[in-house]
Amino acid sequence: MAIRVNGEDVPPPDDIRVSLLDLLREQMNLSGTKVGCNQGACGACTVLIDGRRVLSCLTLAVQADGKSVTTIEGLGTAENLHPLQAAFIEHDGFQCGYCTPGQICAAAAMLEEAAAGMPSYLTSDLTTDRIILSREEVQERMSGNLCRCGAHNGIIDAILEVAGERRP
Amino acid sequence: MSPVTYVRAPSATEAVRMGSEPGVRLLGGGTNLVDLMRKGVEAPSGLIDVTALADRVEQADDGGLVIGAPTRNSVVAAHPLIRTRYPMLSRAILAGASAQVRNMATVGGNLMQRTRCLYFNDAAGSRCNKRVPGSGCDAIGGSNRYHAIIGGSAACVATHPSDMCVALAALDARVRIAGPNGVRTVQLVDFHRLPGDRPDIETVLDHAEMIVAIELPAPLKALHSGYRKVRDRASYAFALVSVAAGLSMQDGRVRDVRVAFGGIAPKPWRAIRIEEALRGIPLVPETTAAAIEAEFAEAALLPGNAFKRELAKRTLTAMLNELAGDDA
Ligand SMILES: Cc1cc2nc3c(=O)[nH]c(=O)nc-3n(C[C@H](O)[C@H](O)[C@H](O)COP(=O)(O)OP(=O)(O)OC[C@H]3O[C@@H](n4cnc5c(N)ncnc54)[C@H](O)[C@@H]3O)c2cc1C
Ligand code: FES
Ligand code: FES
Repeated sequence: MAIRVNGEDVPPPDDIRVSLLDLLREQMNLSGTKVGCNQGACGACTVLIDGRRVLSCLTLAVQADGKSVTTIEGLGTAENLHPLQAAFIEHDGFQCGYCTPGQICAAAAMLEEAAAGMPSYLTSDLTTDRIILSREEVQERMSGNLCRCGAHNGIIDAILEVAGERRP
Repeated sequence: MSPVTYVRAPSATEAVRMGSEPGVRLLGGGTNLVDLMRKGVEAPSGLIDVTALADRVEQADDGGLVIGAPTRNSVVAAHPLIRTRYPMLSRAILAGASAQVRNMATVGGNLMQRTRCLYFNDAAGSRCNKRVPGSGCDAIGGSNRYHAIIGGSAACVATHPSDMCVALAALDARVRIAGPNGVRTVQLVDFHRLPGDRPDIETVLDHAEMIVAIELPAPLKALHSGYRKVRDRASYAFALVSVAAGLSMQDGRVRDVRVAFGGIAPKPWRAIRIEEALRGIPLVPETTAAAIEAEFAEAALLPGNAFKRELAKRTLTAMLNELAGDDA
């Protein structure tokens, strides 16, 4: 089997202790995904596995065998920005930029979750599939991604803009 | 971090067979085990990945549901039958961790997750009777804000950190366990052990056994229910105190009530005494307060966590009032 990273197949590592994060950064030179806490507490290492947002620091690379991994490098390029990347620039959704790849990967999956009707802790009516992404909903749904520069207002503005564009 | 092998179990039977080898551990999402391996708290010789096994939510004959142990927490929380019939469970799961962690974490792993006690997690620098039996406890004289006020012992006051399990305790959930000799079922409230003098033995699960499913009995009719979590920040933090509660009123009296606490005990804490005291009577502030206080009469308060007795009382009182609403 193989791990498909941004459409390219790579063999799983022989040493099963290698995290997906280390495989991406150290063996594949995909340094967009960042190492923050390395213990699940900050979200800087967020990537998508089969479209779902996960923490690559707490994922062993072998666990992703046979699955499809998307990193920030797979979401957009400098020539062809992902709408969230463009919105983060527009709204000053970062200062140092360290948390940004994780924020954008998480936000991309979060918008899909909301469109699919997945509830959050703040969703008052659990019987409905219609999720309205208020500012508070976005804050709660993005709480797994910390920003030590405190760029949260811009981050939320950027996400709300893209969420608004997607609304039917 | 030193495991040597990794295999994906093709079936529960194979998982039980391979998992019974000494030193080998089952692997769910890895959100706890991978972290503990990196910290040197756990050192399995091999990992059996169970996430390819039955991860379904199915209807049971008795009107309840069966949730496969490898089902991801986010899938359970968003499942239409859980949202409509057991909203307390959805809310408890959604109160825990972050969307990323919930996407990874499995139901089985959630039950089996270890405590977040700082000293348990500090293999290099701290004494911990749970990690190294007989070595002592640095929490009792140290930082104990997140520790237990009931159910603890002189050896250990660590809390079980799960939100999901608190709702499962209130819902009378059962744990379906497979082992070399077949399948058995235990009540969730009997699944976790109190520490006593062996805090290293946390559940009734034998090393050769695995959790295959959670069984939820048919939902109680007309029960208003909810989950409230009090924590140091608004989201993505473990509970200081949490309450799963269900209430139904009839003619101004409590017809049925369910109460379980998180964050205050070594296991998900079903408060049967509070339930018995409140059943059949009107919800009057004085009697409600007395019923809750009786549950905490034997609380062992430490300097860092003494506030939790009052916090637990107020959190439950607020929830009961909210659930009673117009029916009170
Ligand atoms: C940053 C962070 C914040 C968190 N915040 C919260 C929170 O607020 N509330 C909360 O409730 N939780 C929280 N969690 C904990 C999280 O819920 C648990 O880590 C998760 O539920 C564990 O599930 P897993 O599948 O990843 O388990 P794993 O890490 O894969 O396994 C954990 C244990 O379960 C065993 N195991 C797994 N499956 C089975 C099975 N089928 N049968 C028997 N044993 C099994 C493993 O051998 C291991 O010992 C947080 C975690 C992190 C990293
Ligand atoms: S580096 Fe993975 S959560 Fe912080
Ligand atoms: S922009 Fe610096 S950490 Fe978020």
